[in-house]
Amino acid sequence: MSGKPRLTYFNGRGRMEPVRWLLAAAGVEFEENFLETKEQYEKLIADGVLLFQQVPLVEMDGMKMVQTRAILSYIAGKYDLYGKGLKERAMIDMYVEGITDLMQMILMYPFSAPEAKEKSIESLKERATTRYFPVFEKVLKEHGQDFLVGNKFSWADVQLIEAILAVEEKIPAVLSGFPQLQAFKVRISNVPTIKKFLQPGSQRKPPPDERYVETVLKTFKK
Amino acid sequence: MTGKPKLYYANGRGKMESIRWLLAAAGVEFEEQFIEKKEDLEKLRNGGDLMFQQVPMVEIDGMKMVQTRAILSYIAAKYNLYGKDLKERAWIDMYVEGTTDLMGLIMQLAFQTADTKEKHLALIIERATTRYFPVYEKVLKGHGQDYLVGNKLSWADIHLLEAILMVEECKADALSAFPLLQAFKGRISNIPTIKKFLQPGSQRKPPPEEKFIASVKKIF
Repeated sequence: MSGKPRLTYFNGRGRMEPVRWLLAAAGVEFEENFLETKEQYEKLIADGVLLFQQVPLVEMDGMKMVQTRAILSYIAGKYDLYGKGLKERAMIDMYVEGITDLMQMILMYPFSAPEAKEKSIESLKERATTRYFPVFEKVLKEHGQDFLVGNKFSWADVQLIEAILAVEEKIPAVLSGFPQLQAFKVRISNVPTIKKFLQPGSQRKPPPDERYVETVLKTFKK
Repeated sequence: MTGKPKLYYANGRGKMESIRWLLAAAGVEFEEQFIEKKEDLEKLRNGGDLMFQQVPMVEIDGMKMVQTRAILSYIAAKYNLYGKDLKERAWIDMYVEGTTDLMGLIMQLAFQTADTKEKHLALIIERATTRYFPVYEKVLKGHGQDYLVGNKLSWADIHLLEAILMVEECKADALSAFPLLQAFKGRISNIPTIKKFLQPGSQRKPPPEEKFIASVKKIF
C-alpha cells in the first residue's frame, strides 16, 4: 500500500474528474483503478466497498469515500483549499455548487439522444453566458484579486477553471464577453500544479468518446 | 431587521424543507417570505438578490445565501452539527448525500404524470429499502450509539429522520425490516427542538398536493 489516494472509476471524466483536478491542484499524487466491466462493478458491490453501491470511490486516509461532494469537501479541507472561516467556506460552497450545476449539463451530454444534442449545446451556451459566467466575472471585477475567495487559491478557482475549459471544448468562443475570466483562465492555468495537470501525460482525462459511453452503459445495465 | 434568518421560497417543502428542519433542530427561529407568483420571483431576480437566479435563498449573517447544500453546510457548522473534525465531517457529508439522493427521488414523485407515478413510487421504495436504509441500519448496529456520527447529534441524524418520514408518507411500513432505524426515529423525534417542529403549527410544510404543484409550475 502506497498511502496515496486510490480512485476507482471509469477511464474517463464523468463524476471523478473534479476529484482528479482537485488532488492535482493540491499537488497530491494518486492512483487509479479503472472500471472496465460489469463484473468488476458487481464485485465491488458484493465486497461491500461502495457505501451506496455507486462510484466514484476514493480510498484515502483509511476511509472508503463515496459521493463526489463529500470527497471534494474532504480534500479541500485537508489541503487548505477551503478558505479561512465559515463565511469564506460558504462563498466557496456557493460558487462550487453553481459551477457543478453547469457541469452537470456537460456530464449528461454524451448520454443524450443524437437529436437532442444540438439543443443541449444551445442550452449550455445560454446558461454559461447568462447565468454562471457573469457571476464570476463580476466577483473578479469587484475585488480585483487573483482568486475568487479570500485572495487565496481555493477549490472554487479549481472548479471554475475546469468548467471554463470543459465549456470551451463545446463552445470555443464562449469567453469572448468575459475579459476577467479570460485573464483568470490564464492565471490559474499557470499555477504550477495546474500547469502540470494540463500537460499531456497527466491523469487528466480526455472528453468522453463513444467507447466511454458504451462502457458506462454496459456496466450499469440491469 | 430582526436578525433572524429569512427564507425565500414557495410555500411548500421542495428544496427548502431540509433547511427548515436543520434550523428548527438547531433551535433557530426563522422568518419566511413565500413566492406565490412569477412576479415575486422576477422581483428577486431583478433586485440582484439571487446569485444564480434561483431559490432557495436564505438571508443569514449578512449574506444572501443560495444553493441548498451551501446553506445547509453553513448552518450545520455554525450550530455545531457538523462533527468535531474533518473525518467526522466527511462521514456526515457522505450520509447526507445519500439521504439527499433519496429525498430527491421523492421530490420528483409529485411532478410525475399518472402513468409514470406508480413505477416511480416503486423505485423510491426499492431504493429506500435496498440501497439507503440498510446502510444507516448497519452504521447504527456497528457502533451501537444513539447518533450516526461521533456519538453526538449532527446534521446527518436530522436529515435521516426527515428522509424516513418522507418515505413513510409513501409507504407507512417502510421501516418494518429496520429495527434500529425504528428506534432511531423514536429517539430523534423526541429531541425537544425536533419534537416541537413535528407538532402542528410549526413551520414544517405538508406533503406537496395538486395546488402547490400547479403553482410551482406556473412560477418557474
